Amino acid sequence: MAKVLMKGNEAMAEAAIQAGCRYYFGYPITPQNEVTEYMSKRMPEVGGVFLQAESEVSAINMVYGAGGAGARVMTSTSGPGLSLMQEGISYLAGAQIPCVIVNIMRGGPGLGNIQGAQSDYFQSVKGGGHGDYKLIVLAPSTIQEMADLVQEAFDIADDYRNPVVILGDGMLGQMMEPVDFDNVKKTRRNLPEKTWATTGRGNREHRNVINSLYIDPPVLEKHNYVLFEKYKRAEQNEVRYEMVNCDDAEVILVAYGTMARVAKNVMNIARREGYKVGLIRPISLWPFPKEPFKKTVDQVKGYLVVEMSMGQMVEDVQLATECKKPVHFYGRPAGMIPEPSVMLEKIKQIAGGAR
Amino acid sequence: MAVVFEKTKGLTDVPFSYCPGCTHGIIHRLVAEAMEELGVLDKAIGVASVGCSVFAYEFFNCDMQQAAHGRAPAVATGIKRVHPDKVVFTYQGDGDLAAIGTAEIVHAAARGEKITVIFVNNANYGMTGGQMAPTTLVGQRTTTTPYGRKPEVNGYPIRVSEMLSTLDGAAYIERVAVYDVKHIMQAKKAIKNAFLAQIQNKGFSLVEVLSTCPTNWGMTPVEALKWVKDHMEPYYPLGVYKNTLEEVK
Amino acid sequence: MEERIIFAGFGGQGVLTMGLIITYAGMLEGKNVSWTPSYGPEMRGGTANCNVTVSDDEVGSPVIIEATSVVVMNRPSLDKYESYVVPGGKLFVNTSLVDRKPQRKDIEVYEVPANEIASELGNLKVANMVMLGAFVEATKVVKMETVLKALPEVFGKGKEHMMAINEKALEKGAELIRNMVSTK
Repeated sequence: MAKVLMKGNEAMAEAAIQAGCRYYFGYPITPQNEVTEYMSKRMPEVGGVFLQAESEVSAINMVYGAGGAGARVMTSTSGPGLSLMQEGISYLAGAQIPCVIVNIMRGGPGLGNIQGAQSDYFQSVKGGGHGDYKLIVLAPSTIQEMADLVQEAFDIADDYRNPVVILGDGMLGQMMEPVDFDNVKKTRRNLPEKTWATTGRGNREHRNVINSLYIDPPVLEKHNYVLFEKYKRAEQNEVRYEMVNCDDAEVILVAYGTMARVAKNVMNIARREGYKVGLIRPISLWPFPKEPFKKTVDQVKGYLVVEMSMGQMVEDVQLATECKKPVHFYGRPAGMIPEPSVMLEKIKQIAGGAR
Repeated sequence: MAVVFEKTKGLTDVPFSYCPGCTHGIIHRLVAEAMEELGVLDKAIGVASVGCSVFAYEFFNCDMQQAAHGRAPAVATGIKRVHPDKVVFTYQGDGDLAAIGTAEIVHAAARGEKITVIFVNNANYGMTGGQMAPTTLVGQRTTTTPYGRKPEVNGYPIRVSEMLSTLDGAAYIERVAVYDVKHIMQAKKAIKNAFLAQIQNKGFSLVEVLSTCPTNWGMTPVEALKWVKDHMEPYYPLGVYKNTLEEVK
Repeated sequence: MEERIIFAGFGGQGVLTMGLIITYAGMLEGKNVSWTPSYGPEMRGGTANCNVTVSDDEVGSPVIIEATSVVVMNRPSLDKYESYVVPGGKLFVNTSLVDRKPQRKDIEVYEVPANEIASELGNLKVANMVMLGAFVEATKVVKMETVLKALPEVFGKGKEHMMAINEKALEKGAELIRNMVSTK
């Protein structure tokens, strides 16, 4: 199969099928409808199940049932739908059920609009649902990377028995780029068998129970420690990021997803104008990549975080730099794209005037 | 010594967490016996809900999942779609099924989801301390209707069996009670029929069981059983509301 | 080489398809490409536009602010996007549906009566192909032969009967540009 031209939403759906996902439960919401529609067409072709649920609340609970029954399962939605799914996501994390959840972010809060935005960062990275839990959150910035990361997400989910979120935005969902499924990066993890799944007892010695209820405080405490041992392992092994032109950089742009593409353009323009500018692109938003900041914090004059929001990831950058250097922010909400000219102006200010 | 009685294999040895005199215990036993007698225990996957029966996953001797409040039919849908050859059931109370989980139960029934729902109706929220449920009778006092349920404030009780039986996806729906031996026997037959509807791939099946809550009703167990007969049964008539089984046993 | 193009018009004029054909052809020629549509309520009957980048390098922002070319199929699109063209860039105007002249003097303007030519060909629906032919001839962003290869891929099965008239429309548009150049 050569390169094909696909929308981000379609590429993710195809990648999921190629990763062995045979169960998809979803509910229509713009700008991710192409995932749902693609699945409704493809799942019957591969002997899988597509089911349009009555709500996002039901969709995520169908994911809970199917994931708990041992299947590779996915759902996709956009901000308002993800808000409805938070209850189920907390239960999935608590009951240690692997699954992949795609959020194609749009402008908010409330009904907001349907343009691509990045204002659900906190919701995905810092919690969203109740209780102490973490989601592994991956943020692609090209259509090929959407396919790569969806493939990877299923392995990570199974490896850690935890939900994995693909955090994209309306732009990535709607735009088309060539994608090569023959060259999708595959990790080939050595995944354990799902001996915990509720498949019907059969001849098994013990009953399998999928559950997040531990009424006895010391027992629940122990369960929380088990979860956090897992998260610690993820922090050691699942950090992903890209660094561009950082070796000599005095100003470093920090951006993820669609915004990182714009930032890369601005970096190139600034370089041509004589400013030593680099780019750090976090790919895993949780676990957040701290290393690139440790490596560069002594050399730079400052960082410029750019987001399609009023500033969410910027807080993680402040933590990662331990406030040793100024962390500047420029962002626009509501699906508006931060202006390259403004970014350039800010870079010049941080660098200390004209060259 | 000859064995004259044995506990069903469908239940674990974990002691029930239910109040004395509550009929959840009877209903658990009927569900467990039905699965054992139909020979489906080894392929049963149950879904516990939120309410007094939240610990049902401890009691039924088969694979179990515990679902969020009201979501059991959606969870069961996910399980059944992955394992269509297995027998999947939910065990839900009236708050769980008829209030917060109304969308999930209606759409599972409308899809003809091949699952069996055991719906325990005791006309109040038991676990949280006896608040008004969607099934609370007009005039009935609860901790959130201290002056009795008033239609002008709280509207009217929902008759779940009648409502769901209007849906084409429903294959077997019956309302039963467990206040005396005769009715307990009928309830078991109904539960078996509901499982059969699933096994025969007919569609969605549900048995609504009128149950007691002596603790929150402030009655003795015997008074509570009589209250079901005298007050609940007239509003919630017993009987088969939908039956598409090939042969009724 | 990096071409950043905005195609804009009414919903139903086939502007998304024009962009898609260029994107597909760019991919066939081994270029880096991206295609970003406007989407949502405005898709259904209102204005439609898409941003297309064809580049030798990695494609940065999929949203175009500084366009090397803008193609407008109606008046509202001219009003909205005339300012997006970089100095020295190209602006293609469907004069059949645009009743004013562009104001910019620092860009190359190509006036194409796309609807009239399509009408002469016997199918108003191919106005977008006429314009696309002119666009390809003037910009050379991709080869015309690659466009012809991309057509069946973009239109898919069931549209084979349209191939001949589409090709003719592309050629008419290209011819218009060739004549313009030769008379300059």
